[in-house]
Amino acid sequence: MNPIYLFFHKTGSPPWFYKYSGYLIPWLWAIFLVLTAIGLYLGLVKAPADYQQGETVRIMYLHVPSAWMSMMIYGMMAIMGFIALVWRIRMMEVLVISSAPVGAAFTVIALLTGSMWGRPMWGTFWVWDARLTSELVLLFLYFGVIALYSAYDEPRKAARAASLLSIVGAFNLPIIYFSVEWWNTLHQGSSFGGDGPGIHPDMLWPLLIMATSMKFFYGANLLSRARLTLLKQDHRKRWVQDLLTEERS
Amino acid sequence: MSTQAASTAFSALLRRDLLLAYRRRAELLQPLAFLLVVTTLFPLGVGPSPQLLADIAPGVIWIAALLATVLSLDSLFRSDFEDGTLEQMVMSGQSLSLIALSRIVAHWLVAGLPIVLLSPLLAMWMNLPDQGLSILIESLIIGTPVLSLIGAIGGALTVSLKRGGQLLSLLVFPLYVPLLILATSAVSAAVVDLPYAGQLGLMFAGLITALTLAPFATAAALKLSLS
Repeated sequence: MNPIYLFFHKTGSPPWFYKYSGYLIPWLWAIFLVLTAIGLYLGLVKAPADYQQGETVRIMYLHVPSAWMSMMIYGMMAIMGFIALVWRIRMMEVLVISSAPVGAAFTVIALLTGSMWGRPMWGTFWVWDARLTSELVLLFLYFGVIALYSAYDEPRKAARAASLLSIVGAFNLPIIYFSVEWWNTLHQGSSFGGDGPGIHPDMLWPLLIMATSMKFFYGANLLSRARLTLLKQDHRKRWVQDLLTEERS
Repeated sequence: MSTQAASTAFSALLRRDLLLAYRRRAELLQPLAFLLVVTTLFPLGVGPSPQLLADIAPGVIWIAALLATVLSLDSLFRSDFEDGTLEQMVMSGQSLSLIALSRIVAHWLVAGLPIVLLSPLLAMWMNLPDQGLSILIESLIIGTPVLSLIGAIGGALTVSLKRGGQLLSLLVFPLYVPLLILATSAVSAAVVDLPYAGQLGLMFAGLITALTLAPFATAAALKLSLS
């Protein structure tokens, strides 16, 4: 068999996935912890306070990466959902479903940290600003996917329905984003690209390190969740039984 | 040959759905009565000040239209699913997207079009200025088919669930956000004599996109619900 096909068949098989993701997870956690420690040290201690925003600017090192992750994970869900529906790969269904709570959590973190920053900066916890609103709508999209999944009794059907919904949602997400942007905007512009003064390297580095560490967190969390989902779904199957006897002996 | 068969199937299904709707008239009136009642609640809740009502009129009418549409969406595929008609439709060999589209067209004719027809009354109640009325009607003509098209995806995803109705609203309301923004801003712009063609143009683009893509997503969701 073609080695590439072989690789996909192998990764698509739950026992193989379970075994090798088990080797990978400790590494992902370790890299996450190291990067977060560096990123937080640089961001909270080393980086200068902003001349306008003062110390509150440090919320950014958590807020911006979380907001990026919330959107990236939804995009990932749509891509994995597409693969799951088209090629009927069961592992992908499991990964879509395991992504949703992580993405929703990142969305909540982005919203909460944004509120904490908004209180001293804008004088209010919440405004109906474009980015806040589209982030909130994104949270509702995550809720929809999770609620649809938990409404079905049969896990595989549930996962396929959730995959389809996340594809439809991802298609709408840019439209929502731009329509809301155009509806009302107060949020400061992006600090990247554009014509603005941009961001100083002392602030950029911790931000990028934190953004990278969050990717590893997502990876580790996703794989752990996927393993648990697999064990739950397959608890009567041979490979899980074998695993359990192995554990006991 | 096959195009002819497809168009025959489409029109036969459409006729069947409209006839069924006609036989269940009382069921159809419920969302419309709901539309009227919800709109009535707003003046009672925020006070009868004509200026205030005029300010919130586009949003109130459009939100009432969204709610009424979602209320009628739950029954979109349900009876066909429960009595096995949907399975027969899938097995008929006709394109399921086409079948879904005919169902959506029928839904718009019996649930969307009446909202458009009732909108002058709602506009009068909400004291919408006269120059906004024609734009409100236009926005509803362009927008209500999109509500049916996007809603059909949600309806198809939840058709096999016992309590699909509540879930359905959670699934589709976030997807309706762009439409609501564009429609209400078009009407509000027209009221103060600002240009509104851009908003209506974007809504029309949304209609074309939804018309071309939503039937396929609905068909995929129906297949999934039947599996």
